[in-house]
This record gives sequence, C-alpha cells and structure tokens, in this order.
Amino acid sequence: MSRRVVADYGWPLVVFAALAFVPELNVKIPKLFDQPISSPGTLQILGACVLFGALALTYDIQFGYTGLLSFGHALYIAIGVYLSNIAITDWHWNFWVAILFTMGVAFVLANVLGAVSLRVAGIAFAMVTLAFAQAGAVLALKDPHHWTHGEEGLGADYTKLPHAFVGIFNTKNLYWLALGFLAVVFFVVRWAVESSPGRVWQAIRENEQRVEVLGMRPHLFKLQAFVLSSTLAAAGGIVYMLLYNGSTLGVTAPNFTLTLLLMVVIGGAGSRWGAVLGGILYTYLNNRLVAVGSSSTVEGLPHVLRTPLSQPLFLLGVIFILIVFFLPGGIAGLAARGRPSGLRRLEEAIRPEHALTAPPEEA
Amino acid sequence: MSTWLLLTITGLGLGAMYFLIASGLSLIYGLMGVLNFAHGAFITVGGYAAWWTEVHLFDGVHSAWLKFVLAALMGLVVGGVFAALVELVLIRPLYNRHIEQVLVTVGLSIAFVALVQGIWGPDAKPLAVPGWLHATTTISGAHIPNDRWIEIAAAGVVLFLLQLFLRKTRYGLIIRAGVENRAMVTALGIDVRKAFTLVFAIGGVAAAVAGVLGGVYFNVVGPDQGTSLLIFAFIVVVIGGLGSIAGSAVAAMVVGLTQQYVNYYASSGVGDMIVVLLLGVVLLVSPRGLVGAFSS
Repeated sequence: MSRRVVADYGWPLVVFAALAFVPELNVKIPKLFDQPISSPGTLQILGACVLFGALALTYDIQFGYTGLLSFGHALYIAIGVYLSNIAITDWHWNFWVAILFTMGVAFVLANVLGAVSLRVAGIAFAMVTLAFAQAGAVLALKDPHHWTHGEEGLGADYTKLPHAFVGIFNTKNLYWLALGFLAVVFFVVRWAVESSPGRVWQAIRENEQRVEVLGMRPHLFKLQAFVLSSTLAAAGGIVYMLLYNGSTLGVTAPNFTLTLLLMVVIGGAGSRWGAVLGGILYTYLNNRLVAVGSSSTVEGLPHVLRTPLSQPLFLLGVIFILIVFFLPGGIAGLAARGRPSGLRRLEEAIRPEHALTAPPEEA
Repeated sequence: MSTWLLLTITGLGLGAMYFLIASGLSLIYGLMGVLNFAHGAFITVGGYAAWWTEVHLFDGVHSAWLKFVLAALMGLVVGGVFAALVELVLIRPLYNRHIEQVLVTVGLSIAFVALVQGIWGPDAKPLAVPGWLHATTTISGAHIPNDRWIEIAAAGVVLFLLQLFLRKTRYGLIIRAGVENRAMVTALGIDVRKAFTLVFAIGGVAAAVAGVLGGVYFNVVGPDQGTSLLIFAFIVVVIGGLGSIAGSAVAAMVVGLTQQYVNYYASSGVGDMIVVLLLGVVLLVSPRGLVGAFSS
C-alpha cells in the first residue's frame, strides 16, 4: 500500500517540483528550442505544453476512465476562457469574484447539460455534446450582447488582472500557474479514480450492464465524472485566458475537442501520465514543427517531401493514425506490456450497439 | 411573400446540401457503425478536384457549361475513388473495432485539411461557373439565385438514384439488410465487406456533389469548407435516424428551412441554436431519431 502511495503521489511530486525549476535554467538547448529556456518566449510555449497536459487529463476522466466519448469538451474550456474574461473586461468585475462566478456557472451548466446528454449513450452522446458545443461556438461568434467581440476576440483588461500575471517578464509566473494547475488536476484525478465512485466509473467503462445488475445507477456515476471533468476544464480555461492574455474563438471550435482527443490517444487513454505526456508532446510538436518546417534542412528537400513536413497538423494527424493502428495503448501502453490498455479497454464502452439502435434483443 | 419564397427556396437549397452529405454518413453508420469524420475530407476532395480540373485540364474549353460539367464529373469520380480508398486502406484493417475506426477518420479529417493547405495554400480557390448560375430568376417578386435550383435538383436526383439502387438491385438489398441486421446477413454467407466499400464510394460521390455545389454556392472552394458543413450534416443524420435515407431527407429539409427562417426572422445565429435544440429534443424523445419515432 505504502509503495503505491509513493508511486502515485511521491514520484509525481518530485517530477512537478523538478519542473518548477525550469524557468531558472538559463541554458540554450539547440534543436529543441530557439531561445534559452528562461526566455519568455520559451516559457510561454512550455506553459502551453503543461496546460494542455492538464486539459488532456481532464478530458481523459470522461474518455479514458469512464468510457464517455464527448465531442463537446471544448465548451467547458471555452466557458472558462470567455466567461472569466467577459466578467473582468466587459462587466468590470473583481478578478476573484469573476473566477468564482465562472466556476459556479461551469459547475451548474455541466450538471444540467450532462444530465440531459447522458440520457443517451455511445455515439449519440458524442453527437449531443458536439451539438451543445456548436451552440456555444455560434453564441461566441454571433455575440448578441457584444461581449465576446466575435472573430476579433476579447483581449483581457490587464488592469484588473493580478499584477503577477501581467507583462512579458512575468511569463515565468504564468508557467508556474500552469504547472500548479497540472499538479492539482493530476492529484485530483489520482484521488478521484481510486475513490470508490472512481472505481465505479472504470467498471462502467468495462461493462455498464454489470454495474446496473449490481444495483448501482450508472447515470449518476457518469454524471459525476462528466461534472468533475467539465469543471476542471473550465478552471483550465481560466488559466488559458491568463496565459494567452485574452479569449479567441479557437477554443470554441469542435476541432479543439478533437485536438484533446488526439492528445489523449497519443499518450494513452485511461492513464494519468499518458494523457499528460500526450498533451505536452502534442503541444510542443505543434509549436516546434512549424519551425522545423521552415528550417533550411526542410527547405532544401524536394517539393513532395517539403509540403507535408511544413504542416504540423498533417504530421500529428498521421502520427495519431499510426498510433491507433499499431499502438492502441498510446505511449503509456508501451509500459503496459501486453495487458489491454488505452483504446483496447474502451472497445466495449463505445460500441454503436449501445447507442442508437434498439437494445440487443436477439443477441 | 417574396422574402418568404426566397427564404424557402434557399432553405431547401441548404437542406439539399445537408442531404447530400448526410445520406452517405447515414448509410455508412447504419451499415458499419462508423461515424465518419472524414466525410468533410470527401467534400473537400470533390470541390478541389473540380477546381483543379478546370484550371489544369480544361483551361482551353470555351463553353463555360461544358467546362463546369466536365469539372463537376471529375469531382464526383475523384470523390468516389478517394472514399473507396479510405475504406480499403484505413477502415477495413480495423474491422469491428468501432472506436478505432472513428478515431482514424478523425485523424484523417485533421491531417487532410492540413495537407490541402500545405499543397494549395490556406486561401480558398475561385471556382469558375457558368454565368447563369449566379443570375437570378424572378418568381412572384422573389429574386432567387439560380444555383439553388441546381442544388435542389441534384439532391432530388441523388435521392431518387439511391432509392432506386437500394430497392431494385442485389447490392441495394444487401445494404438494406445489413443496416437492419448485419450479423444475420453475414450468417447467410454474404460477404458484407464489398458493401462497405460500396457505401463509402457512394457516400464519397454524394459528398463530392456537395463539395462542387458548395463551390458554386460560395464561389470558391476552401480547405475547411467541408468541416463546417459536416457538423450540421451530423445533426441532420441524428435527427433523421441513423441508417435511414428517407429520414435524412426529411431532417435535412427541416434543418435547412428552420435555419433560414429563424436566422432571418429572429436574428442571425438563433436558427443554428434552434437546430441544436431540436436535436436535443428529438434525441431525448426518441433516441433513434425521426425514423424511430414513426416506426415504433
């Protein structure tokens, strides 16, 4: 038991503590980063990497641990990104009040929309969540009350933000904020999935009918996982807003959720380190491959090779497909050694038979 | 009155585009259980193939109609072949692993848009179409753009041909039976896998029609045009009932008309919201869509 606690809490603590010293590294790592590690530019990228590690992990609570395929996770991140900013910039609220308000709204909305969409399962659930997220995206784009400023995006009113998070020299604070958020999400997820409700989530993923036969109501447990995941996502949205100093429509797009799905699958669904690593790697590569694509080595290549190499999303999409084909456990699956992991464990959870067709009568 | 007529025809035109996309999605899901995110790529392939053909192959053709029709045909062929290849290379090896099939189509949709942007740039390409398509016809005071007629006619033709194919041919029979109960069809010794490739090809052709018509509607073909149409096509498929062509046709019209009316009479964007709401209501009342509601 104690060995488990050390493995689940001790090692992560050591890793996060070590990562906290990254902004102090005044070294240049050629190939990996253009600028020294401690420069604001690099820290911004690293902050984004850790933040997406955390966001991917919030998505994994639903997807990897409970077997819920949502295409609308972006909605809750967008609520964090937009609502906090609207409260601060458009309504001139106090920063902390705005954050409390945003979290409250996200929690209530996750309960309401979750309860509605969880009445259907499988692919239908994916579609309903996609539709709700699309409604949010339309709302942010059309901007009926002149709050989100549509395609222009909404820059945050920096006079209202805590001073520690404003200005280019404070990028290291933003990095620490993102890292702190990752640590919080990581330990909350560890605690949640090992708690007794968390074990029920995983049982639902493996076999929902069996959970029902045992006399429990899967609906309530799925809602728990959905609300926890969505509320944490909204908190991540607030960090996102601070890191990028405002809100833009990108976070509302359906593709934003798909990106999180890619991260989780690449890292390994249903694994804490997997989701985090997937988020970090994906974000880093997405940033870095742009630079590689325009580097002189690639410029010298023939056209057929140069074009795909200059498109990070093409490469990431291909990597993703290869992982689905050959490594369904993701990066974390490499450590699982033959045990079913990642996507293989989700096969039963998200089958079309569970979704829209009639309950299996003849089977 | 004239505004109402214009909104109705435009709404039907939009519904026609949704139907062209939704029919393929619905057949593919009904038969194979794959929610095909790569359908947006099929739309893009159709549009780009038509544009590329116009610019590179038939640049010398003087008749605008001939050029457009040839380009459109090329779009359909390329769309169908591309879709069939996707099924053979990416979907078939993952037979019966539904989640992985869905994820592969997600990856393809993302990689493909990026590839198109890499090759032809992020900017949309102008599609040359006969002047008549951009002129308007006046009916009882309403100036209706002519391309709407083509969209409605194309959807009508596709609907007719699909029904003919599904009702009158052996493969149509296999597909209909497979949608009902795939295990039974397989047990009878029929190789459904050929039907898989076939529905992908059919879906690819129908989506390519939507891609070409999208090019006519917007004047341009863009790398992510497909993706934006796809979301509402998904909604249409679910409202109509997965696997049902007739359900998709009805739902497409309902969604297209609702969007046009409400976006005009209420305010821009409200129509989209209403459609989303409609999806929620339909799913909660009858999880199998309109078809489920009527058949039970």
